[in-house]
Amino acid sequence: MLNTVRTLFLTFLHAFQRRATVQYPEEHPYLPPRYRGRIILSRDPDGMERCVACNLCAVACPVDCISLQKTEENGRWYPEFFRINFSRCIFCGFCEEACPTYAIQLTPDFEMSEYARPNLVYEKEDLLISGTGKYPDYSFYHVAGVTIPGKDRGEAKRERPPVDLHTLLP
Amino acid sequence: MVTFQLDGLQCSTRADINLLQACLEAGANLPYFCWHPELGSVGACRQCAIKQFSGPDDKTGRIVMACMTPVTEGTRVSIDDAEAKEFREGVIEWMMVNHPHDCPVCPEGGECHLQDMTVMTGHNTRRYRFTKRTHRNQDLGPFLNHEMNRCIACYRCVRFYKDYAGGEDLAVLGAHDNVYFGRSEDGTLENAFSGNLAEICPTGVFTDKPFSETYTRKWDMRGAPSVCVHCGVGCNTFVNARDEKVRRLLNRYNDEVNRYALCDRGRFGHGFVNAPSRLHTPLCLSEEQPTPVPTQSAMAQFARMVASGPIVGIASSRASLEACFSLQCLVGREQFSTGQTQQEQTCAELAYTLLRDHPGSIPTLHDMESADAVLVLGEDVSATAPRLALALRQAGRQNSFLAADAAKVPRWMDAAVRTIGSETLSSLFIVTPAPTDLDKSAEETFRAVPDNAARLGFAIAHQLDPTAPAVPDLTPFEAEQANRIATALGAAKKPLIVSGMQYGSPALIQAAARIARSLAQNTPDAGLSLVMPDCNSMGMAMMGGLPLETVMMRARAGAIGTLIIVENDLTRHLDPPEIVELLEAVPNIVLIDHTATALWQNANLVLPAAAFTEYAGTLISQEGRAQRFFPAVFPLSPIQASWRWVQELARALPPSAEPQLAPHRTDITAWQNLDDVLAALGTEIPIFAGIIKAAPDAAYRLNGQKLRSQTYRASGRTVIRSYISVRDQPPPTNPDTPFSSSMEGAYQPDMPAALVPSFHAPAWNSVQALNRFQQEIGGPLRGGEAGIRLLANHALKNGQTEQLPAPDIPPPFTPQSDTVLLLPDVRLFGSEELSMLSPPVVARAPPANLRLPAHGTATASHITFHLEGYGPQTLPVQLVADLPDGIALCPAHMVAPAFSFPRLARLTATRAEGDGS
Repeated sequence: MLNTVRTLFLTFLHAFQRRATVQYPEEHPYLPPRYRGRIILSRDPDGMERCVACNLCAVACPVDCISLQKTEENGRWYPEFFRINFSRCIFCGFCEEACPTYAIQLTPDFEMSEYARPNLVYEKEDLLISGTGKYPDYSFYHVAGVTIPGKDRGEAKRERPPVDLHTLLP
Repeated sequence: MVTFQLDGLQCSTRADINLLQACLEAGANLPYFCWHPELGSVGACRQCAIKQFSGPDDKTGRIVMACMTPVTEGTRVSIDDAEAKEFREGVIEWMMVNHPHDCPVCPEGGECHLQDMTVMTGHNTRRYRFTKRTHRNQDLGPFLNHEMNRCIACYRCVRFYKDYAGGEDLAVLGAHDNVYFGRSEDGTLENAFSGNLAEICPTGVFTDKPFSETYTRKWDMRGAPSVCVHCGVGCNTFVNARDEKVRRLLNRYNDEVNRYALCDRGRFGHGFVNAPSRLHTPLCLSEEQPTPVPTQSAMAQFARMVASGPIVGIASSRASLEACFSLQCLVGREQFSTGQTQQEQTCAELAYTLLRDHPGSIPTLHDMESADAVLVLGEDVSATAPRLALALRQAGRQNSFLAADAAKVPRWMDAAVRTIGSETLSSLFIVTPAPTDLDKSAEETFRAVPDNAARLGFAIAHQLDPTAPAVPDLTPFEAEQANRIATALGAAKKPLIVSGMQYGSPALIQAAARIARSLAQNTPDAGLSLVMPDCNSMGMAMMGGLPLETVMMRARAGAIGTLIIVENDLTRHLDPPEIVELLEAVPNIVLIDHTATALWQNANLVLPAAAFTEYAGTLISQEGRAQRFFPAVFPLSPIQASWRWVQELARALPPSAEPQLAPHRTDITAWQNLDDVLAALGTEIPIFAGIIKAAPDAAYRLNGQKLRSQTYRASGRTVIRSYISVRDQPPPTNPDTPFSSSMEGAYQPDMPAALVPSFHAPAWNSVQALNRFQQEIGGPLRGGEAGIRLLANHALKNGQTEQLPAPDIPPPFTPQSDTVLLLPDVRLFGSEELSMLSPPVVARAPPANLRLPAHGTATASHITFHLEGYGPQTLPVQLVADLPDGIALCPAHMVAPAFSFPRLARLTATRAEGDGS
């Protein structure tokens, strides 16, 4: 008897607590920056595509919903196409974790419902944003050893100038 | 056998190997870099350190390099020992000090031996905080990328390129930790085996350049066991494909054939399958223009053609056995041509009978590597069968192995064996008209025109066996040469004679066979190897058929209503006037081919066939090995295997056409899959009865499952084609193979060797995973033999050696004053048909030129010569030292596609002015 009354009382108390439900879509809930929503491809601080088409996101994807093809221009690797099938994506964030260049990132946006399933297939132009996303300073090609326009051999971070093969000096 | 103790486990192994091999064979994971099964040990990288204990009471032990320590009875070693582990971690940490942060943009990533070994040692954090050494890269030509920053200085590349393959333009430059592996200046790597550097290099210094243009990670590619189609040797390959597009070709280890190396023509010649010259739909000639038509109307068209007269079929030595056989079934044996000229066919059939009846051995490439005296008679094997030339180069090392054995140095102790061997000469004799790439490894080279080479061959045979016919009019100089070679060959335990069809001379082949036969009387291991030009030349020689001359004769007589040509470019066999004549005389031509060859616009009906990467079929290599290739790509309909097209033609035949076809025709329309074709082939032509065993049939299951042809971690399954349709499609299937096209299915190291789709083992992602698939390092695969030999060693023994017909010894060649003997100059890149449709090979092929003796009178920079049927041809001149007088070498199939030889030509000097022609 006492237990029943106590339960009723506690339930009654909830009527005076703050509501968790928000009036979406008029009102938007707060989502932390690390929320795992819509996937984007970011650019490096120089405004170039960060994605180097290494395929690690694709292989990490447990539902195999990422596909891309590498192409190359002046020593930089790019995805020729980069396709995510969001009708398969489970927003697990493995792709972001696998990405060695911080290119692929999950954002706090979940509003991507569509009436037709093919509209959930995002191509590179749908994914690529103009900013750096969550990692403002990192640029893969500044630390990698490959040569790109504007960065010759030995000009990456922590690199010595190229070896002169004709010298025998120690 | 010896037993040794590895971390407390008793392992038994062979006595003549090193500890690294023994540990790997025992299934242990021991990291290494500089050791390579084919190159031996040098102890350069210090990575394979293990602890060796001197006895049961020894608790301390000492660290040794496993690759430099022979395994001995009762040795006790430990890989897991803490000190050895720490040592290996230290070594890899040093190697990684200068290694760039490149893995995401490195084509080696995901199949990198350095990645594997780093993970295996447990090194995972970089402690080095100082600057990294960098190097400038070189442009190494159309086949390879160079990225020197990634080098860990294991020296494998130069050891393979210089020591093993005999290249001269790759070297170690610089000093101390600045060593640089490259050329003295930018430029194309000249050796025919440069492509192997991409596999030999344990990291990403040398990578496959054409592959890098359509790059895909190893785990994303479907693999299929295949066979190279660019010469008669029959090297085993893997075809890797993704998204129904062939990406690259890799070497597939076959212990008896190609082992660890593949030539560049084979590796980079596959580009024709993706080339714009591919045919994609049936084409009908309407208003003089080939017009795409649906398959159904193409077949209706064919049914109408049949009314105009008898059907004749022309097969090809580059088509699969099934394609040729189906055509033979359709048109009947009397109307079936091999698609070769009389000369080519005589040579091929002679080669087949001589090999079949050879009383000695018919060596595999691996057998050739241990031959102790070799005579190459009138064939430039480095151009016609490059992988065979590489095997002969290793045969040249036999004497150094014997010297090493005498000095009690193990054969795998590479640097020591090479030092001992630097003094010994190989017993390799080369008799060719022109210098070859193999000359550097030869003890002696003789320059002779084919007729004189054949005479020399007969003279050697007579020296070895006095009952063999003597050669008339032999000069004392030639007699002395013959005597010298005969003595060397006679003294050998495992002599080998190599010849071939390059110069179209039956006398040369006969001479080679006579020498081998004379040797076989005393040494049963005397080997004979005859080089064939195409991937299925041997198959065609065994199958037999009419030569093209007979087809021409029938065409002239108006006895051909419809000509079906299967995968054959007739302009490579017939001169232009003959082609014109043929096109006029034959009312209907049906062409079944994967590529738009020269005659495609003249054919009334063109049917798009599958290339070797798209269907399963069988090829017979020059040593009589039937090998199956499997599809890696599922082509879009209506592209299908040639034999299926022939089957469709048979189905389209109106009933009225039946009687004119061969009466014993097997029911070709009833075939369901490849196994039905092979069964019919075995019954119809009994010599082919064995080829059904070349690989397991389509019903084969491993652990109750099909075999997977994708890796276990292929990506993008649910998205790769979602731009077409977001709905999932079932994976494509092929009724001819036991493979599943997806990642579902069985895969294990002891799967049948003919069905291994790629090499991968846990912790071994690079091609070095091969060691898990071998029974022993360098030995046969755990899945047994891939392919089946149709020619047995020691045929017709028990003394019933069949007498050879009396040879036709040619008269000695005398140079003419006004004409020269034009000989074909077969090029490694440029002469072979299909590889010249592959962009990297085209980029690598040198321009055509006429090679003349340097001591001749010709001084002009260009020379015009008249070839019958082609009109005057002008070519730049290259002077070659020691070319015999009175001959000129004209690049085969480059200037005049159908260049029958030998023929005399008159040369006129042309001044090279302005346009140079």
